[in-house]
Amino acid sequence: MRYIEPHAHMVSRTTDDYVAMATAGCVAICEPAFWAGFDRCSADGFRDYFRQLTEIEPRRAARHGIPHHAWLCLNPKESEDLGLAEDVLALIPEFLDRPNVLGIGEIGLNKNSRNELRILERHVQIAVERDRLILVHTPHLEDKLKGTRLILDVLRAAGVRPGRALVDHVEEHTVRQVLDAGHWAGITLYPESKATPARAIDMVEQYAAERLWLNSACDWGHSDPLAVPKTALEMRRRGHSAAAVDALVYGNPLRFLSQVPGFKVADHVGGPA
Amino acid sequence: MSKPQEPWRRRDALTDLYYMDARARVLDLAAFLDRMDRTSGSDDHRLRSLRAALVTLADGQPDRARRILESWSDPTVEPAAKAEGKGATGAWPGL
Repeated sequence: MRYIEPHAHMVSRTTDDYVAMATAGCVAICEPAFWAGFDRCSADGFRDYFRQLTEIEPRRAARHGIPHHAWLCLNPKESEDLGLAEDVLALIPEFLDRPNVLGIGEIGLNKNSRNELRILERHVQIAVERDRLILVHTPHLEDKLKGTRLILDVLRAAGVRPGRALVDHVEEHTVRQVLDAGHWAGITLYPESKATPARAIDMVEQYAAERLWLNSACDWGHSDPLAVPKTALEMRRRGHSAAAVDALVYGNPLRFLSQVPGFKVADHVGGPA
Repeated sequence: MSKPQEPWRRRDALTDLYYMDARARVLDLAAFLDRMDRTSGSDDHRLRSLRAALVTLADGQPDRARRILESWSDPTVEPAAKAEGKGATGAWPGL
């Protein structure tokens, strides 16, 4: 098996996780900027974090033969402080042209507040002006449906070309509207919230599978860095062909991410599936 | 000759694959509700939303997962004036 992990917070994971992912057939990792579990008190903290994402983590991943890519932004959980947010937004262009950077992400909403919305609009503006891909985080649990609608409105109003944005963490009540808007949709595999492997495969079977991808979004919380290959195995148990699995966990993310000229995947040990 | 049906559209195949997992989850939910019955106090919005979802589970209509998620969601449309905290509870507190 070969697969791309399109959403993983590897700064929070151990070397053993890299070994396990490489062993399972991971040929590329994409790491969006996110919340560290506490609010950073100045833009300097983000400067160091962006260095970690663009200098340190790629070297760590390379030791296991995996190309590492990054998305840059201020996570919506830290958008309530508009002063800090503007300082961080001013930093982003300095890092955007680094070789492993894919675009702006994971931007979005958390509690659907006015300040979060304002900072989301500012991020989208940067992406549109610089013609960068966008990765969008949708809110958790009871806030997801409302937040998804607000996010789709922002993308539409900013004139984002739908194929240049992936809206992540979709579930059964949001996947259709994201795909109908023409965007790509990400299904996140979590042990408790978001989607289980079984529910993810249900959505793949029912909706436009060619614009869906699976990710583990593994971080410092309850999550599994091998969630994507485990779901691939479950697809095989359901009777899906090896080619259909390969298209979902490798081909789809490759098509979206290859819009960035510098996107790279490793040679797979077993060759093409 | 008609094309054989994909395995994931055959009820017997999916029953073999998922029945034991679903059985365990039903028993876990039943035991959770029994556990709540042995406590004092009243239901908060999370328990109310869970009990309401049981009606949807048994209504025989399609798209249960989507409809339950929608029923637990914030139905308002205007952005919040301010983010109160960072977390979510699993069901809209207004329920």
